[in-house]
Amino acid sequence: MGVGGKQLVSVRKKRWWLNRTALMVLWVFISGLIWVGLHLYSRRDSMQKAEDNLVSMCNDRARMLQDQFAVSVNHFQALAILISTFHYEKHPSVLDQDTFAYYTAKTALERPLLNGVAYAQRVLRSEREAFERRQGWTIKSFEGTPSPEKDEYAAVIYSQETVSYIEALDMMSGEEDHENILKARATGKAVLTNPFRLLGSNHLGVVLTFAVYRSGLPKDATLEQRIEATLGYLGGAFDVESLVENLLRQLAGNQDIVVNVYDVTNASQPLIMYGAQSTNSYQSPSHVSVLDFGDPFRKHEMKCRYRQKVPIPLSAITTPSGVFVICMLAGYILFAAWSRYDSVKEDWRKSEELKLRAEAADVAKSQFLATVSHEIRTPMNGVLGMLDMLLDTDLNLIQRDCAQTARVCGKALISLMNEVLDREKIESGKLELEAVPFDLRFLLDDVLSLFSSKSREKGIELAVFVSDNVPQVVIGDPGRFRQIITNLVGNSVKFTKRGHIFVQVHLAGSLYQCISLSEEVESLAKNIQDKMLVDTFNYTPNTLSGFEAADSTNNWENFRLLLNEPCSGLNASEHACKWTSNKVTLVVSVEDTGIGIPVHAQDRVFTPFMQVDSSASRMYGGTGIGLSISKYLVELMGGQISFVSRPHVGSTFTFTAMFQQDENIEFGDLHSALVECLPDDLRGMNAFLIDGRPVRSSVTMYHLKRLGIRADVATNIKMALHSISGQNGLQRTRKQLQVLLVERDAWDLETYSILLDQLEELKKKGLISETPKTILLSTSELNRAELNLYFDMVITKPLRASTLAACLQNILRLKDTRSLSGKEKENGSASALHRLLDGKKILVVDDNKVNLMVAAGSLKKYGANVVCVERGRDALALLRPPHDFDACFMDIQMPEMDGFEATRQIRLMEGNEKLRSLGPTTLEHSGWSSWRLPVLAMTADVIQATYEECIKWGMDGYISKPFDEEQLYQAISGSLVSNSNASPVL
Amino acid sequence: MDVSMLQRTYTDLLTSLFREGILNQQFIELQQLQDENNPGFVNEVVSLFFEDAGRLITELISNFNQQAVDYKKVDAYVHQLKGSSASIGAEKIRSVCQTFREYYDKNDIQGCYNCIQPLKQEFMTFKSKLEALFALEQQIVAAGGSIPMMRH
Repeated sequence: MGVGGKQLVSVRKKRWWLNRTALMVLWVFISGLIWVGLHLYSRRDSMQKAEDNLVSMCNDRARMLQDQFAVSVNHFQALAILISTFHYEKHPSVLDQDTFAYYTAKTALERPLLNGVAYAQRVLRSEREAFERRQGWTIKSFEGTPSPEKDEYAAVIYSQETVSYIEALDMMSGEEDHENILKARATGKAVLTNPFRLLGSNHLGVVLTFAVYRSGLPKDATLEQRIEATLGYLGGAFDVESLVENLLRQLAGNQDIVVNVYDVTNASQPLIMYGAQSTNSYQSPSHVSVLDFGDPFRKHEMKCRYRQKVPIPLSAITTPSGVFVICMLAGYILFAAWSRYDSVKEDWRKSEELKLRAEAADVAKSQFLATVSHEIRTPMNGVLGMLDMLLDTDLNLIQRDCAQTARVCGKALISLMNEVLDREKIESGKLELEAVPFDLRFLLDDVLSLFSSKSREKGIELAVFVSDNVPQVVIGDPGRFRQIITNLVGNSVKFTKRGHIFVQVHLAGSLYQCISLSEEVESLAKNIQDKMLVDTFNYTPNTLSGFEAADSTNNWENFRLLLNEPCSGLNASEHACKWTSNKVTLVVSVEDTGIGIPVHAQDRVFTPFMQVDSSASRMYGGTGIGLSISKYLVELMGGQISFVSRPHVGSTFTFTAMFQQDENIEFGDLHSALVECLPDDLRGMNAFLIDGRPVRSSVTMYHLKRLGIRADVATNIKMALHSISGQNGLQRTRKQLQVLLVERDAWDLETYSILLDQLEELKKKGLISETPKTILLSTSELNRAELNLYFDMVITKPLRASTLAACLQNILRLKDTRSLSGKEKENGSASALHRLLDGKKILVVDDNKVNLMVAAGSLKKYGANVVCVERGRDALALLRPPHDFDACFMDIQMPEMDGFEATRQIRLMEGNEKLRSLGPTTLEHSGWSSWRLPVLAMTADVIQATYEECIKWGMDGYISKPFDEEQLYQAISGSLVSNSNASPVL
Repeated sequence: MDVSMLQRTYTDLLTSLFREGILNQQFIELQQLQDENNPGFVNEVVSLFFEDAGRLITELISNFNQQAVDYKKVDAYVHQLKGSSASIGAEKIRSVCQTFREYYDKNDIQGCYNCIQPLKQEFMTFKSKLEALFALEQQIVAAGGSIPMMRH
């Protein structure tokens, strides 16, 4: 099949190629035809022109000849009149031979065509003798002998000198002349003879004869009258040859054409009058013009033709050749374009093929990664489980250490695989952000809690501060935002051994405003700082922990500006709101005082799998893939990430992210899994904070403020003592002071005891209603037991509003129904799951009874109310909208009706139902959730394709079997509405 | 027998099950689902599995002994079995099922057939071991001890 196909393709290709060549040959042929056609056309055209030219030339010549002839004839007639006037009218005649000869010689110029003229008198037989006598000679015939007896004679009496040899000849004795005389007499017009060789010049010529009548002959005289009135005849020899020769010489183009004049009286036998009979074989086109010499009996014509073959004009060659060249060029262009098109098409096909292959390879890679990581995860779970069990047994120290190391490594491997999968998703562009409203502050608290154990262990300050003008709820992708923060903070925690990690969130507008403002102050501040550095030996920078941070713009001076900014900042944010509708750009910075990033490695921080050097990864673990993922995520959120780092000082990563802000959102509408409900029974309380570090105190204040607690700050206990017991205006605060918070490093036993005594005294005096509860804020768990003696409560940082609230409620003996058990604090996702699932009614559909039971058991563990069915059809029967289930977990592979089909039908029903009962009241009443049931697929294989398939069929997500706590949480937190009303809110 | 001895035997047995790869992590997860509200959960699930899997294997064998083997049906059975075994963490059974399906995907009928015997074997082993485990469990409970929990 494959081979056959290939052959087919090659055959087609060959034929195609042949075709094209054939077309090209055809094109050349057509071009040749065009060339020939054009050539012939232009030749014919030039021929036509030559012929036209010939016609006009011929006609011109004929006309001129005719004119000349006519002129001669006129003169001839004038001679006739002369003779009749002077010879016949005068008696006796005044004309004699000498006069006539003289006159004719003088006027010969007027008759260039006539060799000579002669006059013959008509002599009747009866008059012959008298005539001969009078003249003194006998009439002779042409033979020179005396003329025989005839009826009449035409004896030449006068003759021009040139033809004097004809004197006394009887013109009637020549046959031609006889005939001519008769015709001339009959018509009274000049009559011509056939051409013949003239006696004198041996030129071809004709004799012209004109009758002279007696005067008084009427115009319409009859033949007899004319004969009767005839007196004599005037004759002249026309030298036609010289006539035409002269004429032609005067005209242009004389050399080009050959002129013949014929006497065609006898049409079948034309007599040549002028010109040589053409001897060359070539018969060029000729033209015949009729000549009218005024002789009614004779017809003459002029025949003209070119002397030479009309030359083919140059243009008849060049023009078609030009066209031919153009055609060839056009053909070549088309051919080249065609070939190019073909080759490009072929290339495109190839590239398409390669692309397909590349895509297939990409898919295969994804599949491979997903499969492999999945396949590795399963045995890894076994390994981890075994290690856990091993750790529970009696081990000596070395063994324990080994096992623990192995466990840590295994966990690292699992997280690496998750990251690789993430990266894979990013590379294939399948990562999409969701848009869910969430509480930023809550999320940040959560993230920091994750790292609390580590920060406590190391004794580093871990704090978060969110600027007041950042909206409480923004719309974005909380999961991905959390991932970025977790990554950055995780890195910081990893690389920081002392000092602090400080997460700040500000609005972009107010921050930039502040920075530009502070730049003016900066130089000044720097001076002061320098002075301080010199002055006091133990100068500590004004940061969260007192350790210097990399990014100097994050110091207290700027921070204070930001704190004091709220008004203008608010304005700025309002402006921003106006400008960019409902978008807010947040600037998040994570500052640490860790080892920093070496300068040489700073430009490849965001490159995947790049750590500073291999020793770093050996020392701190991790793959270096996290930052590249973070960068991508930040860019996906429409922001940028950058950092400032100084080796051995610390790093500050700053990124911006764009979120939507919807002012119409009411808290009640929100998924409370993503929004924290802080208790409000602490609102209005007064607290007093003793803290030597302004930045740190701001953070504490920020948390207190979120709980609605007013607080005053003193930098040390002495000052606090002063302001509490002092006279200056703290009456009201003092009166209601309920909580006293003391930072660990601002505390010393001595002064603190004095403070406590003072407070006791004040209470005795009735100046304060109750001794304030005391809380110590500490970064590490060290000496906790000891410190517990002096305080009502010791809170280990990082601070978290909810923890703070719980502690306060605890010590103030407020009713606390939200039990914050230690376990819950430890186990975030389990408690979250419990919160999510508690009391929820969930339908589980699986054809496999064992699976069904396990799934149900898992969900029941988190307090869900589980209903199980084994078939898709049964599930449909239960799931009639409006739903009384909160979610449905659906196996994909089931006999009869699979999970996809069941979901499709559920969605269909929901659609119909919703349309049917769509009314504002019902919607308002029941909310949208009862019309759209979250359906989650349960599947054994977790590849991207499955996820897409799930979404395509209307599912909300998928969970791989068997359930994994975290994955379960991730999958359902998006689609399930956490029941804030199920867990009582304070 | 002493409770602690019983507990020790229990732990040893369970550990050996893990070591031999008969059970996997999922079984621990399953155990964690068991609490005071749901005391016999693991027992229930595993019993259900015995019943279900036993039926499936019998069907499978009888199907294979027929003249015309309905491979589609066979595959469906094995799929079921694989799902259940994964759910309770019966790792070896699961992996045999996995192998079977791989053969099936490759249309290697002989390979499939060769899997039947190991499958039966693994099931028998699993059943006997788990039954022993449950017997021990009951003894411990009867002796007033608590069942040692594996850590996650």
